[in-house]
Amino acid sequence: MRGKLKVAVVKMTGCAGCQMEFLRLEEEFMELLENVEIEYFVMAKRDNHPGPYDIAFVEGSISTPRELEELRELRRQAKTLVAFGDCACTGCIPSILNWVPPIASSRVYEDFTAIHSRKESFQRILPLSEFVDVDVHLRGCPPHKDTILEVLKAGLLGVKPWLRLHPVCVECKLKENNCLLTSEHRPCMGPVTAAGCGAICPSVGRVCEGCYGPMSDANAESLAKVFMEECGLSKEDVVRKFRKYAGASRAFIKVAGGV
Amino acid sequence: MEKNIRVDYIARVEGQGELIIKVVDGAPETVQFGIFEPPKFFEAFLVGRDFREVHELTSRICGICPVPHQIAALRAVEKAVGIEVDEYTRQLRRLMNFGSHLQSHVLNLYLLAAPDYLGFESAIPLARENPQLIKKALTLKKLGNDIVEVVGGRAIHPVSAVVGGFTHIPGKAKLEDLKKRLMEARKSCEETVQLFSELNLPEYERNEEQIALTHRREYPINEGALRSTGGLEAGEDEYRKYVKEVQVDYSWAKHSILEGGGSFMVGPLPRVNLNYSLLSDGAKGAAESAGFKPVVHKPFKALLARAIEVLNAVEQSILIIENLPKGKTVREDTFKPKAGFGCAVVEAPRGLLYHAYRLNEKGLVEQADIVTPTAMNARNIEEDLKGYIPTIADLNEDEMALRCEMLVRAYDPCISCSVHIQRIR
Repeated sequence: MRGKLKVAVVKMTGCAGCQMEFLRLEEEFMELLENVEIEYFVMAKRDNHPGPYDIAFVEGSISTPRELEELRELRRQAKTLVAFGDCACTGCIPSILNWVPPIASSRVYEDFTAIHSRKESFQRILPLSEFVDVDVHLRGCPPHKDTILEVLKAGLLGVKPWLRLHPVCVECKLKENNCLLTSEHRPCMGPVTAAGCGAICPSVGRVCEGCYGPMSDANAESLAKVFMEECGLSKEDVVRKFRKYAGASRAFIKVAGGV
Repeated sequence: MEKNIRVDYIARVEGQGELIIKVVDGAPETVQFGIFEPPKFFEAFLVGRDFREVHELTSRICGICPVPHQIAALRAVEKAVGIEVDEYTRQLRRLMNFGSHLQSHVLNLYLLAAPDYLGFESAIPLARENPQLIKKALTLKKLGNDIVEVVGGRAIHPVSAVVGGFTHIPGKAKLEDLKKRLMEARKSCEETVQLFSELNLPEYERNEEQIALTHRREYPINEGALRSTGGLEAGEDEYRKYVKEVQVDYSWAKHSILEGGGSFMVGPLPRVNLNYSLLSDGAKGAAESAGFKPVVHKPFKALLARAIEVLNAVEQSILIIENLPKGKTVREDTFKPKAGFGCAVVEAPRGLLYHAYRLNEKGLVEQADIVTPTAMNARNIEEDLKGYIPTIADLNEDEMALRCEMLVRAYDPCISCSVHIQRIR
């Protein structure tokens, strides 16, 4: 064990759900304070300090020059840079925007240029790894708080965190759920989705929507074929399913792009 | 004399906002509550998405209030395709939203706002000084999160609420356990109301218009009619008739104004003011003891109203669990597409939330329109700052900045919500 861990929690373009999951460490909070020094966390504190940090949790994707500048500075200041949640890892739901022609989004504001000249936006939702090296991809929308604890514990012990990249199916079997895909022919994303949630959706009778992004070696094309041949989905349905939490990821981009 | 107040990144609120204020001889010359949180263009990319996934997508507008976003989207979509949910679903959705309000309110009260009044930079040194207080807060916050998890399958971005109902019925044992914990939590909630009645909240007053949902027989949270302290009475379908949006060049959030009027306030203060008689018995008693007499027009007292709503949320949740009718589950793909238009107004922790969708015959979104409470409050926050600043103009710039931040925090703004609130024309 080492001294107190210097931690930063930073928000880029996201929904704050990951920070909220961090704050959901309610039972662990007091003990956490003994081992962790929160140096930077604007949503939670007023006195925030510049680095260096042992761990920087970065929630959200990068969509403005200001955020890009901040990310590069964080990379310089942080020993371990954590892409905190799906937006940071894969762009998540807001990344659906990347498939929308820019003209449609500019219609959202009547006079886009008036704001744009003062507050720039790339109008693209890009994950952190597009710009800097990322040490840990903490997946999920949001990442379960136990996985946040795992990253903090690993930081204290000076080891790599153990995060699961096997499919949701493993957790689903451990819960002894009936397989929605093979027995009911429902379009479940479990076979290509990274575990970590505890297979919560199939456990409440709903297909996995893929909110932890692709598992390692995910075979998206094969699952897409099953969806069309055995679950009765159209090609458009399949594109929508993959163009959701991680459409631009290497594993999903072919199917999400409609190729 | 000129004073310049600049808060580059407002702390202890959700999202990325700033304050730019210029005061000349004690009078505010410039007051900007700017939002540099990047827009996420939800209304743009929702076009072409399936009606059964709209609530799942819009949940991701906000990690603090995913539940009201889901419920607003579900209700709007259900209206568009003509689905009426049963009483069981209606009550479970209420329970889930009260849980959401509980966790959000406790977060604001104890972790974001209270440190200002108790002399701390954040809840972290406060927890070291007064661990009992923060432990109490965290227990209440966890209870709110656990309600959402038991009903919705996950605390943040729940999974089991779908078009037409729930895919899962919470077990009796789990509901009974929640009820037991809710009963035990009453005392902490009463202490919360007492704490915020004793905190010396500034008495600054401004006669702004306040809007909330109202209901005939239950404390409104997921449905109701629009009513204001200025005499507005309208159905949720008429929301767009009365509320207009204007763009300002220093913020990604558009400002809402009333048709033919000015800015207005939404949130706990308008809700308690306009629904005082519908508060739970304990909450009403606590409000009386705290000296809360409607109609209160003091923006800092939103903190007291929020504390009253903490107790109200706990007691309403107990009532729902005790009287929950029987019901059954639905599948996420039970209902078939249909063309139509539907809109819904619900109460998010921070106030009114409006969702509207036009669907085509395949059930795909053709048009989406979302207005969030922080967007509605943005102009009113500025108006309040303008009125408040002359009363604190003899303080130095740092002290003034802190006071202005405290006023903003009383609104508990959720900036992530506010930046994709725009309609595609």
